[in-house]
Amino acid sequence: MTASAAVPSNARVIPCLDVDAGRVVKGVNFVDLTDAGDPVELAARYDQQGADEVVFLDITASSDRRETTVELVHRTAEEVFIPFTIGGGIRTVDDARRLLRAGADKVSVNTAAVNRPELVSEIADEFGSQCAVASIDARRTNGGAFPFEVFTHGGRTPTGIDAIEYAIKVTELGAGEILLTSMDRDGTRDGFDLELTRAVVEVTNVPVIASGGVGTLDHLVEGVVEGRADAVLAASIFHFREHTVAEAKSHMAAAGIPIRPADA
Amino acid sequence: MTRPLIAVLDYGIGNLRSAQKSLERMGADARLTADAGLIADAAGVVLPGVGAFGPCMAALCDTGLDKQARIAVADGRPFLGICIGLQLLYEGSEEAPGIAGLGVLPGTVQLLPGNVKRPQMQWNRLEVRTPSPLLEGLDGAWVYFVHSYAAPMADNVAAVCDYGGPVAGVVGDGNVWATQFHPEKSARPGLRLLENFVDQARAAVVGA
Repeated sequence: MTASAAVPSNARVIPCLDVDAGRVVKGVNFVDLTDAGDPVELAARYDQQGADEVVFLDITASSDRRETTVELVHRTAEEVFIPFTIGGGIRTVDDARRLLRAGADKVSVNTAAVNRPELVSEIADEFGSQCAVASIDARRTNGGAFPFEVFTHGGRTPTGIDAIEYAIKVTELGAGEILLTSMDRDGTRDGFDLELTRAVVEVTNVPVIASGGVGTLDHLVEGVVEGRADAVLAASIFHFREHTVAEAKSHMAAAGIPIRPADA
Repeated sequence: MTRPLIAVLDYGIGNLRSAQKSLERMGADARLTADAGLIADAAGVVLPGVGAFGPCMAALCDTGLDKQARIAVADGRPFLGICIGLQLLYEGSEEAPGIAGLGVLPGTVQLLPGNVKRPQMQWNRLEVRTPSPLLEGLDGAWVYFVHSYAAPMADNVAAVCDYGGPVAGVVGDGNVWATQFHPEKSARPGLRLLENFVDQARAAVVGA
């Protein structure tokens, strides 16, 4: 089992919905947010368009809003028939259980797992690795002791942790997938940080979702071909209807990437 | 058209609600339940699941649903296992040596062979080898897989996907069927399979 397995996976296209108090938002570098609609309605639309999965990130996740998130998951399970992941504010196995029981397929953990990495193994042991997603927000150190640093709290807090080492660690702890976001690129529309993506793909056996920076359909192609990601995540190009998921998949297929057709 | 009662066996693990909701969408009165009486009344039984073989089998036994599953199978009622619910039907799994499965289907579940990423976490195409009413409309369909272990390749493998070689996608015959992929997460083709299953359960009630 190596990252250079002989059989490449079919790439996945994953629209990401940043959610605050039950509404979809997408910020530029996580500030200056703009409302883009109802998350369940959007997710169902992406399902219809041929999205392979959907990710919800609850970007505020203050405790008084936790029930809103459970309710969102509950509604989504009734309308969306592709896998969906929920992340944001998950600190305990009980948090994960509540969301999985409500109908989420995977939970992604970020800050809480950086603070206490055993959370990843606790979730994997209880519910299986396939639903334990480790979300890593990374920035370039630009000449530090290591190339990429883990950030927490939505990319605001530096940790001093080497992102590549951390990716290895969470995989060993049982994470079934890594959601890797370049905080340098997030919101810029300049494309994925391909070096970051490739660096993580090379050290882990589990699927890696590239995230942060998609502004064009070519960026999606680059993420898979050059970044060697198993899946590509994007938000604003889909939310504001610049491109449909179907267009994205046609574009990737035309570039020779094995992928489920949108009209399958 | 009647809404046949489908018991979705609830053994307390992760996301089972999606299976229930998608069966409801396709015309069933689907109940997430561990109640022996309700299961006995059901026209069809679904054993869903996510997670590892060992903990899932333990949870199934803790809730007494191992017996209920065996009874439903023996009754001849339409029975559908999903993902780990497929694997639990076998005698055991390489994932959990020494732990007995339900033993409804012969053989041992094996690690995905070859130089492939494990788990297979992707959409993949189904190739139907043995057509049946359950698989109507499913040949060539793209469905969603998440698994590291797979059913042994035997005569009861009704559909396969290609993942470094043929991998069991659907197994079964008679009243007992199971999918390695997640029909409840496989968009239109997945819903079609569930609709086919609901139709069989409905027909079984009428025929009874």
